[in-house]
Amino acid sequence: MKTHLTRRALLRSGIAAGASSAAGGSALAQDGPDPLITETQDWASYTGDAVDATPYGLPIRFEADVIRRNVPWLTADPISSINFTPIHALEGTITPQGCAFERHHSGAIELAKENYRLMVNGLVDRPLVFTYEDIERFPRENHVYFCECAANTGMEWAGAQLNGVQFTHGMIHNMEYTGVPLRALLEEAGLDAAGDLTDKWVYVEGADASSNGRSIPMEKALDDVLVAFKANGEALRKEHGYPVRLVVPGWEGNMWVKWLRRIEVTDSAVQSREETSKYTDVLEDGTARKWTWVMDAKSVITSPSPQQPITHGKGPLVISGLAWSGQGKIMRVDISKDGGMTWETARLGKQGDTKALTRFYLDTEWNGESWLLQSRCMDETGYVQPTKDQLRETRGENSIYHNNCIQTWALTPDGIAENVEVS
Amino acid sequence: MSKSPDKPNILLPALGGAGIAIGAAFGLATMNYGNDRIEALEASFQKERALATEQSKQISTLQSDVAGAMAASEEQIASLQAQAEDQAKSAEREIANLRRQLENALSQASAAGQGDEPMQAMPSVIETAQLDGSAFGLGREALAEEIAAWDVDVLPDGRGLPIGSGDVWTGDEVFAEKCASCHGDFAEGRDAWPVLAGGFDTLADEAPVKTVGSYWPYLSTVWDYVHRSMPFGAAGTLTDDEVYAITAYILYSNDLVDDDFTLSNETFLDVEMYNAEGFIIDDRPKTEYTIWSGEPCMSDCKDGPVEITRRASDVGVTPADDGSMVESVMEKELAALGGIEWGAERLAGSVFMDPDRMAEEEAQGEQMASADATESTDAAPEAADGPDPALVAAGKTAFRQCSACHKVGAGAKNGSGPQLNGVMGRVAGSAEGFKYSNVFKTANADGLVWTEETLAEFLANPKAYMKGTRMSFRGLKSDGEASAIAAYLSTFTE
Repeated sequence: MKTHLTRRALLRSGIAAGASSAAGGSALAQDGPDPLITETQDWASYTGDAVDATPYGLPIRFEADVIRRNVPWLTADPISSINFTPIHALEGTITPQGCAFERHHSGAIELAKENYRLMVNGLVDRPLVFTYEDIERFPRENHVYFCECAANTGMEWAGAQLNGVQFTHGMIHNMEYTGVPLRALLEEAGLDAAGDLTDKWVYVEGADASSNGRSIPMEKALDDVLVAFKANGEALRKEHGYPVRLVVPGWEGNMWVKWLRRIEVTDSAVQSREETSKYTDVLEDGTARKWTWVMDAKSVITSPSPQQPITHGKGPLVISGLAWSGQGKIMRVDISKDGGMTWETARLGKQGDTKALTRFYLDTEWNGESWLLQSRCMDETGYVQPTKDQLRETRGENSIYHNNCIQTWALTPDGIAENVEVS
Repeated sequence: MSKSPDKPNILLPALGGAGIAIGAAFGLATMNYGNDRIEALEASFQKERALATEQSKQISTLQSDVAGAMAASEEQIASLQAQAEDQAKSAEREIANLRRQLENALSQASAAGQGDEPMQAMPSVIETAQLDGSAFGLGREALAEEIAAWDVDVLPDGRGLPIGSGDVWTGDEVFAEKCASCHGDFAEGRDAWPVLAGGFDTLADEAPVKTVGSYWPYLSTVWDYVHRSMPFGAAGTLTDDEVYAITAYILYSNDLVDDDFTLSNETFLDVEMYNAEGFIIDDRPKTEYTIWSGEPCMSDCKDGPVEITRRASDVGVTPADDGSMVESVMEKELAALGGIEWGAERLAGSVFMDPDRMAEEEAQGEQMASADATESTDAAPEAADGPDPALVAAGKTAFRQCSACHKVGAGAKNGSGPQLNGVMGRVAGSAEGFKYSNVFKTANADGLVWTEETLAEFLANPKAYMKGTRMSFRGLKSDGEASAIAAYLSTFTE
């Protein structure tokens, strides 16, 4: 593994060096004038693509490695599986749909708007069926929210395992959703029949073959849950639930039912497969926590990281990372370079939005030191992101889900970062 | 299936004590949920106060900044003062808001006799939600037939179950035919597919084995999931009686019922699940939130020198971009990972990201576009003498019935079924490395070759054409599909 990391780092600088002597990290004119400046380049002479060349554009080919990746041994079949957002290579906070992680239980289906039906039934005054057009006629809202799979970082419980922030933390994306509050659809069907709402539930279900369904307490359903039909300004991508998905802010991704087809008001939780046999947390003594819906505050440094080594040499360095909390806003992020012995407070790219990704930075100097890099966030409830040891102390090592531990990257004098655990 | 509580329920006589127990358990559960909310609110109220103190510190810092900036421009001073005021106001608002929420929750709790009543202590969202009964008149009334078609979920107390039954022995047969290709003849799980049986008393072990027997708390979950989502790739094709039979067999394979057991809507609640009492409601507000909060340590935070205790490079399970993986996969570690569904495959491989591979990707940038683009490249008919593109496209669609078990295209591996690259014109039962059933071994020895005709005959009724095949497929619905699938498969060469 050591060797591959070195090879990768070499590769990065090597490609640059091979392609052009001046395209390394610095633009110092040591060997005379830079031909990229002094000689007329093809692109400065010939014409580029016409406006009809790319009716809908993809990233330029130089960015071809900024893609979702899969961990084949995780699941029996890629049709019922998950892939990972390349968060090591993204900046800001919004995740483009095309590289936002996917989790399907029976594959990503193709469901046309004209074939879309949404049923609201159960303990309602008028069981209703909506078409896609109907949904677009309710007053709509825009909100940015993160969606994190409960299993994100789940492979790290037993020890540092996957050498890349894409794999350790990439089951997350953050989009601006346009949608209708679930509350509005429930009200349209009428909730008088449900009587006292405090002990009622809303069961939501998808139209794909897995028929993924989850029970949501009425209190949350009436709070901030959205029935969304656009993300980042455009239609939901097929793999994100086109044409309509549920957005359950701050709660585990499995509840964000895609291809939403049915909303049922019930007097108890359905106890579906995904809320009993999966997405429950086995504690040390073998009992398991259920209804662990909230995704607690968590942060990670995305650069430098194993897939994003330092290639520019010594001097100014931007440490960049992401923080989020299912309980609300991120208030503060601290960074340690010595494995948690001392901390300094990072700068937030922008004041955190509630239940959305917040970008943080530490503008610092690196002069070839070996660092043990960590980040630690606090949310508006005062909750402080725990260490892996704290989590293990409370829950044991048999949990899979809800691992929001502080992550450590060991940075070497070569600028290479590795996923490690520290004492 | 109506689950409305005020309608007569055919299961009521069978409900008995179990139903009451479940009801009581739910009451307890929901009560805890309410109390936890109050505690969480109290905690967050305390935290908000601490935060306010912190903010007032920040305000004084800002004020001293103001003083320091006196030498600077008037503009800066004004802006800093505005910031300080804004922060103070927003802190006040937050505190007022939380106080309101806390008071609401507390008064609800006390009105409910210290929270003895389920859910009485639920905080304010429900009360404050603008549920004024207004409607836009959108949508149309759902018809009873439509609700019956879609509303098929089953609740733990049995509501939602259709009338029907199935015994263990029938279940054994149905399971062998429709489930065993992935889950194994004895529900032990093939390859990395879920294990459904055994694993009792392993939940506190290092690698818990979570099966229907050892882990699942409700039988309704099994019935409901099998009914709606199984078999993988052919969901919704089982009859109600088949679901009862399969469920009975899974129970039997877990020693939870005897071999003469018949599961029906009437015996449903007689079954006791092994881990029914194994779950608690999320207790993080109590066990975690109160502890992991407050001003964190900023210096001298650890006792001894910090040392690296574990390295990802020692495990070597990070996938490389060429689909391979670094060697030295440790089974134990993998079992403990457990991400989504259990299981792991040991894969030999090279490096995390191979330089040649990456350079190649750079060169082929445009081709990386999407899975769809890659697929259509793979499946592109060859020149003019290749199969009809429209037929190939139809075949691609029809092949969805097969793709849960059979892979095609670059890197296709054997799964529940053999990979099918180059299958057309090949001798039956000859995919390398796949364990074929006896009937396929015989066909192989006899030299049966897959042509459009033989394939059509096989796919029309697999069990009849290949008596004893493990392929759990009922057969194609129309003759046209077979030639389309044959055309599609002919585009994938070895």
